[in-house]
Amino acid sequence: MFPAAFDYEAPSTLTEVLSILKQRGDDAKVMAGGQSLIPLLKLRFAQPQLIVDIGRIPGLADIKRDDGHVRIGALARHVDIERSKELAKFVPLMVEAVHWIADPLVRNRGTLVGSVCHADPSGDWGSIMLALNAELIAQSSKGERVIPVDGFFQGPFTTTLRPDEVVTAIRIPVPAGTTGGSYHKLERRVGDFATVAVSVQVELNGRKVTKAGIGLTSVGATNIKAKKAEQALVGHELTDDVIAQAAKLAAEAAEPKDDTRGTAAYKKDVVRVFVQRGLKAALARAQEGKA
Amino acid sequence: MKVTMRVNGVERSGDIEPRVLLVDFLRSNLLLTGTHIGCDTTSCGACTVRIDGDPVKSCTVLAVQAEGREIKTVEGLANGAALAPIQVGFHEEHGLQCGFCTPGMMMVTSALLERNPNPTDDDIRWAISGNICRCTGYTNIVKAVQHAAKLTSAAAKAPAGKEAAAVAGGGE
Repeated sequence: MFPAAFDYEAPSTLTEVLSILKQRGDDAKVMAGGQSLIPLLKLRFAQPQLIVDIGRIPGLADIKRDDGHVRIGALARHVDIERSKELAKFVPLMVEAVHWIADPLVRNRGTLVGSVCHADPSGDWGSIMLALNAELIAQSSKGERVIPVDGFFQGPFTTTLRPDEVVTAIRIPVPAGTTGGSYHKLERRVGDFATVAVSVQVELNGRKVTKAGIGLTSVGATNIKAKKAEQALVGHELTDDVIAQAAKLAAEAAEPKDDTRGTAAYKKDVVRVFVQRGLKAALARAQEGKA
Repeated sequence: MKVTMRVNGVERSGDIEPRVLLVDFLRSNLLLTGTHIGCDTTSCGACTVRIDGDPVKSCTVLAVQAEGREIKTVEGLANGAALAPIQVGFHEEHGLQCGFCTPGMMMVTSALLERNPNPTDDDIRWAISGNICRCTGYTNIVKAVQHAAKLTSAAAKAPAGKEAAAVAGGGE
């Protein structure tokens, strides 16, 4: 299969990228690793007139601590996350979850930022970013804008990113205190999209939850932040009853459809079970980390 | 547009449209048909080549993205007539039936053994999890990779000179 014809630019500076997007942003797609975009081009679901390949811009692949955050550049690949000592130490949820993303070959090229901007409701990183309350750093010729991932997804493959903008990094607030996370994914085989997946991150003070994040994959038109379930956890100890209540609220927030991977009712129930398992795993990790 | 890359150590270039995929550039322009096209949808790994050392699916890379990069394909494994240890492993352990997935499997293996010279069976299954063998010959593929790992580490320990003999001998 061949993509439809397109113009191709591979600038070596961000300034050039911004200038190209200012002029031709409406007709352009930005490409990092291309692991989501190239399949769409080949199937001709996407036919942009211009591809702006940002793969040759120096300095965009860094993963580093930055004032209470870990900042992950737009060219940091899944495999870089897998091998990152910073993330293993400060955001271990991401290093656990990365093994569920695509397959090892795709992880050698695909990027976190590209995956989030692609905004596939079946994407894994979207719900993990929602659970971690991550923010995107977008640049345009007018300057920089910080966009919370919560609210970024508007629908399938649709975000609030403007045509003249490019996301240069994602930053994740480093979870503080006693903290743990987990990612549970049901997939039919390696590399398949999730039937359902659930991301969970909690911060505890003593035994009580001070912050909670729950993100849902493949159960709606976007990755979903289960806010009522998060709120039901804050201020409480993670008892079986509290966990069961949050799991019920998260299942209610899911809006899955029947498809070849399962019925809507089944997927809602998997959300409920995965939130329970996820919170228990996150709690266990938080307590391990404390000891 | 003009694109230039090093393929198996040799500088190669071509004049192509930006939409040409790396796998098609390798097969159609350079006539390196050892790299196969299987699913053409980023699922099967038959098209696996190494770019700057990393195994990737060349059906999901534009040839222009490989500009200036170092590409390795299955044609780059053997040293003249002497099979590489990885090829010997697949030969000895019957690591292929129809052979269609084999170039991809071997390119993944070559990257795996560089990072991890003594892999467990689990490490191998993990490494090839993006490569599908439709004959379902995975058990023998894992054995083949283990065989290759043993040959490679033996060759690394052996004094120079004996290495080539051991590898060539294993291929008979």
